Amino acid sequence: MTELAIVAEKVARNFGSLKAIQNLDLTVEKGCIYGFLGPNGCGKTTAIRLLTGLLRPNEGTIKVLGLPLPKAADQLRMKIGYMTQKFSLYDDLTVKENLQFLGKIYGLSTNQQKQRVSELLSTYGLDQKASQLAGCMSGGQRQRLALAGATIHKPELLFLDEPTSAVDPENRREFWEQLFDLCDQGTTILVSTHYMDEAERCHKLAILEAGIKRADGSPEQLMAQIPAEVVEVTSANLRQLKQQLLPLAEVISAAQLGARLRVLIKKTIANPIDYLSQQPMILPSDELTLVRPSLEDVFVTCTGDGRQ
Amino acid sequence: MISLLRIQAIFTKELIQLKRDRMTFGMVIMIPLIQLMLFGFAINTNIRNIPVGVFDNSQSGLSRVLIQTVSATQVVEFTEQYHSISAAKKAIATSKVRAVLIIPKDVSQRLVRHSSVGLASPASTDQETSRPIAQWLVDGSDTMIAAAIKSLRSMPLAELLSKPTNRTTPTFEVALLYNPEQRTAVNIVPGLVGVILTMTMIMFTSAAIVRERERGNLEMLITTPIRSYELMLGKIIPYIFIGLVQVFIILGLGHLVFYVPINGSILQLAGATLLFIAASLVLGLVISTIATNQLQSMQMTVFILLPSILLSGFMFPYEGMPQAAQYIAEALPATHFMRLIRGVVLRDVEIIEMRFDVYWLLLFTLAGLIISSLRFKKNLD
Repeated sequence: MTELAIVAEKVARNFGSLKAIQNLDLTVEKGCIYGFLGPNGCGKTTAIRLLTGLLRPNEGTIKVLGLPLPKAADQLRMKIGYMTQKFSLYDDLTVKENLQFLGKIYGLSTNQQKQRVSELLSTYGLDQKASQLAGCMSGGQRQRLALAGATIHKPELLFLDEPTSAVDPENRREFWEQLFDLCDQGTTILVSTHYMDEAERCHKLAILEAGIKRADGSPEQLMAQIPAEVVEVTSANLRQLKQQLLPLAEVISAAQLGARLRVLIKKTIANPIDYLSQQPMILPSDELTLVRPSLEDVFVTCTGDGRQ
Repeated sequence: MISLLRIQAIFTKELIQLKRDRMTFGMVIMIPLIQLMLFGFAINTNIRNIPVGVFDNSQSGLSRVLIQTVSATQVVEFTEQYHSISAAKKAIATSKVRAVLIIPKDVSQRLVRHSSVGLASPASTDQETSRPIAQWLVDGSDTMIAAAIKSLRSMPLAELLSKPTNRTTPTFEVALLYNPEQRTAVNIVPGLVGVILTMTMIMFTSAAIVRERERGNLEMLITTPIRSYELMLGKIIPYIFIGLVQVFIILGLGHLVFYVPINGSILQLAGATLLFIAASLVLGLVISTIATNQLQSMQMTVFILLPSILLSGFMFPYEGMPQAAQYIAEALPATHFMRLIRGVVLRDVEIIEMRFDVYWLLLFTLAGLIISSLRFKKNLD
């Protein structure tokens, strides 16, 4: 059996009357990249804060790297790295000074610290920027600096809270390459995101909505198990067609993708193409094709109601 | 276990940030410099040259000599002439002058019959000797101005008539220790140390932590192994040095420019100052655990600063305040520091002889440290 990095059982956390997390069960295996996928305000950040011991759960038990939380939160600090959603290093310190500061905070000796800082600077391509103020850097560079900072003490487990929300696609690709490198070296990574393409890169992921875990598994599993069929319709008046299709009980959702309308139909219908072409608003000239479900389709089928 | 490395990390970071923040760095030097010059020269309780007017009913040689004698005291300066009581009152109401001297028609008769002049042949009657020579009409709303003019009440007049001064023996002899020349700066400059330290120390520390919270740095810091007291200590230590630099500037310049004597030993001075810096920094820390942004921390600093200026004994004597205000004053670290620093600088006492103030500052620091450590939590609950 593979070792588990995170085990959470029936975790709940409220802020006043707001139920931020409800009944969350979670198991994360060591050495994988685990994703939290969900819309804004679904409790991703709260979940990460619970798992890092920054927040106490109202109910349930959490064990991270074998340490019970929140009791052993202090012990856990040396073993985890946490990259916050907002850039939280010092804008008025240079790249190098920021890393040196963190090195000292994590108690590295002077030699270790020197070695680690120069290692990180070259790994994350920040050599040229070493003496530049962090506040004057681009979003992508800052993101790399934040990742370097979070990994300075070689943590076993890395939490990344929406790490690429302010980064262009090019930098995002690069950033993920670096995450896979870290993962390859044995680091377990938990990353939250609201990008589908990012979620698809994770080994496993959990879909959160309104504080509740709606589904979890590997992206392939989730896409295979989706309780719906996806039909793409090419027609003349897609906006109108969408409005006409949505009231049907069997149609879960319809979303326009350029010249096509992507319609999700419940699995209870044996032959979705036949079902759709029997509908009065579908013209004989319209093209219907059955396509492979995407992660976005998974997301749409298991969320949609009860958003806060 | 306390980690010196982590404290040093915070300390170094604070210094780098301070060095880059030119404005704040400048303020550290400029605040004491400017305020010392400003207040050292500006605040003066020995009031001189109060603008006054005269309403001379007598228009005689004697009345003119009387006016000149009064001007010669330098307490007042005659700037206006009035020809009616109503014009004089109007001038006082509009603040054109602070007082008007009204000289009656029979000023010469009043003068010769006045007991201080003693030209009494036949002897003056009781009624005659009880008649003053002239009258001051004073804007009494400002008690300091009123007191200055009141001091003229029994000025000697014998030389008006080139008579030998009718010597009076004072009831009490008053020996003015420590500030015989009665220069206000001697009292103000050491007090200014307290006011400026209150302002900068509380403001810097409270803003220093709130700033980290505002910029999101704290969210990162709390996920690291740093402990709250390590963070607090690392943040405080740079400001201790800043405080000492400011004290050096104020007292050094006060000595050079305003000739304020430094009678106490440097060691005693350092002891008193460190006690107060510690208390102020800790107060700043407590504020930082309550305030959620820098504006709030500024407001709270001002909330502490004003009573520290007005109630601490810096400007007005503690003894003159009502009991309730005295209790409030006792709660402020600035009050105790005013006593200590004036004691050390002007009167060469050892701070241990003023035990109560020393213990109080220590207690305040300790209580503040406990409160801020308890309030500053490393989790987000």
